[in-house]
Amino acid sequence: MKPKSQRLIILFFFLTLLGLSTFLVLKSLEDNIVYFYSPTDINKKILSNEIDLSKRIRIGGLVKENSILKEGKKISFKIHDGIDEILVIYNGILPDLFREEQGIVALGKIENMNFSAIEILAKHDENYMPKEVSDMLKKNGKWKGKLN
Amino acid sequence: MINYLANPNRFLNFIKPIEFSIGVFGFLFIFIGLYLSLFNSPEDYQQGDTVRIMYIHVPFAWFASFLYLSISIASIFFLIWRHPFADIIARSAAPLGLIFSILTILTGSLWGKPMWGTWWVWDARLTSMLILCIFYFAYIGISNAFPRKIDGSKPAAILAIVGMVNLPIIKFSVDWWNTLHQPASIIRFDGPSINQEMLLPLVIMLLGFLFMSIFIILINIKTNLIYKKYQSEILKLG
Repeated sequence: MKPKSQRLIILFFFLTLLGLSTFLVLKSLEDNIVYFYSPTDINKKILSNEIDLSKRIRIGGLVKENSILKEGKKISFKIHDGIDEILVIYNGILPDLFREEQGIVALGKIENMNFSAIEILAKHDENYMPKEVSDMLKKNGKWKGKLN
Repeated sequence: MINYLANPNRFLNFIKPIEFSIGVFGFLFIFIGLYLSLFNSPEDYQQGDTVRIMYIHVPFAWFASFLYLSISIASIFFLIWRHPFADIIARSAAPLGLIFSILTILTGSLWGKPMWGTWWVWDARLTSMLILCIFYFAYIGISNAFPRKIDGSKPAAILAIVGMVNLPIIKFSVDWWNTLHQPASIIRFDGPSINQEMLLPLVIMLLGFLFMSIFIILINIKTNLIYKKYQSEILKLG
């Protein structure tokens, strides 16, 4: 065999093994790589006792409509993922993008089935458009995303 | 064609007449693209003026990844066919890629603070981009680590190929895991989810980055070829 094709074969095997091992590592670390859990994930994990309630975790979802309650500095609202929901209690500064049906990520702990957050970050989606376009879509009833 | 141009002298003769115009194209596209994106494109319905960071953040990120891909493909050519010119190309693209990856992270931070509420999070997209940046550092470090530069070419090429697995991770991190970073807006199955008026300046910026990157890498290739010649002359003199 020519050394050239020998090197080609070695490289091919090397890349296959590297890809496979990376895949296995990422697969087994999935729970650490995800940045947040959805309310559905969390409720499943609580039911199956897979989660350490004393540890800080992140949950993410959309802020539920008509669920925001403000009492002085304290704020509570529900976040949902279309299937499940969870009540979040927070005491601090909210990001500018925070509003109903906005995606957010909260850091905190689960206390009595509620989520007590110490930090809230806003997610923004992958849709970019001028305000006039989004207004028009809403007016024509073609708006698929959040209403605000 | 590739075989023909793989000879440094023929390559230099080939690029000589077009080199300058590539630079001019790059400059013009970036100039027009910056004007459109900063002054003549609409505000986003959600993010307002902050969306304008996207017009430089996305090209930085794309070309940081794209240049890395070019480096690893050139490294494969170098390792298997032992062609010295492939090594020169890989070395010449690395510094620019490093700068792009750093600027991706910096502009991303500046965007993240007002929108998400944080400069940095350890989510999969941001972390894999940081890893890309580290691979660039490592590649440049290793390829220049030996007194005779050429001794660093082989280990650096192997490193570049190892880092290739990171590229699909960067691209698909936002689909595979929950991340704070939003999913893809341009390359996706159902077409771009970005309004035409905002897509145009972005595409012009991307073209500008393409020409400008080629221009800068050509300059680096020429420098590296001259340096190589100089080194071999010195060796001849003893």
